[in-house]
Amino acid sequence: MSDKLLTVEFVTPEKRVWSGKATMVSARTLEGDLGILPDHSPLLGVLVDGKVSIKSEDGTNVDFNVSGGFLSVANNRVSVLGESAS
Amino acid sequence: MGAQLRIYRRRIRSVKATKKITRAMELISASRIVKAQQRVSASTPYANELTRAVSAVATFSNTNHPLTTESTNPKRAAVLIITSDRGMAGAYSSSAIKEADGLIVTLKQRGLEVDTYLVGRKAVNYFKFRNRAIKNSWTGFSDNPTYAHAKTISDELIAAFIKDAQVDIDGVDELHIVYTEFKSMITQIAMNKRMLPLEVVESDGPAPAGLLPMYEFEPNAGEVLNALLPRYIESRVYNALLQSAASEHAARRRAMKSATDNADELIKSLTRLANAARQAEITQEISEIVGGADALASASAGSE
Repeated sequence: MSDKLLTVEFVTPEKRVWSGKATMVSARTLEGDLGILPDHSPLLGVLVDGKVSIKSEDGTNVDFNVSGGFLSVANNRVSVLGESAS
Repeated sequence: MGAQLRIYRRRIRSVKATKKITRAMELISASRIVKAQQRVSASTPYANELTRAVSAVATFSNTNHPLTTESTNPKRAAVLIITSDRGMAGAYSSSAIKEADGLIVTLKQRGLEVDTYLVGRKAVNYFKFRNRAIKNSWTGFSDNPTYAHAKTISDELIAAFIKDAQVDIDGVDELHIVYTEFKSMITQIAMNKRMLPLEVVESDGPAPAGLLPMYEFEPNAGEVLNALLPRYIESRVYNALLQSAASEHAARRRAMKSATDNADELIKSLTRLANAARQAEITQEISEIVGGADALASASAGSE
């Protein structure tokens, strides 16, 4: 595995839910499940309501339930935008 | 105690009680401004990411979306006016309403009909008192708005915008928003902005760093835009609500501060008057006693 990491920001309108370095982000878009590893090509996707999980750099998994969300990936920067998250 | 003195004392007591209230309101507002500002800054990351995403889609696809298309022959415009629910905030609500009135006049000069959507009891009362038509109104959350409120409002406004104004009485071709921007603790300015049709190029806020990469869209650019734009409007409305809430607290703090200062002044001058009245009373009593003693002395001198 490469030593590159993703910089992840998980934000909702009311606050920043999670931010930090991660090795993988997986989410479900309208097209189906999607896993993002470092050096993923730039992507903008619409998420369906459901689980987003982030594997952070220390190996722990963080899961969120998101509704009405988006995912954008560019230059190893992943932003997950959700209307609400828990 | 003389009647005059009693009246002064009573007035001092009542002014002191009022001062306690205004002082408490000032302190409460001061603490709420901080909270409101924190909420504004907490919503910034989301707004920035969203703006970035919207400009990415707009740059790399030439999809036309109903929310960005300008009507060739606009017929009706919607104006959303954000004011407060409660008073005691100086000119906060009235300056927003004044700004809105100016905007409505301009829109009418362009030959548009105007539908008004109101936030806050103050605007509702103003419009009801003047028998002006209200399309819809939302009240009860002006000092502490949540994203859910912004969503309710923008859902209705977007629905009105999507309808064809030429055939549908509820449809509008433009959407303007009047809110109070929180510049600083001492400056808040009532502003009006056009929200729809969207001009995707955003000038306010930090420009996205560097060139935008070539994005892939999932499922496709049109779908992404469809989902993004309503969120974008919601976040703009949410930001306007938050800014207005912060401004409301700042305006209230300032109004209550000057009320407290005025109460201090009033107490000072009333105390002076009360002291003078007390002194006059004493002087009068002394001269009465002296006069009485004189009269007694001369009366007894005459009888001898």
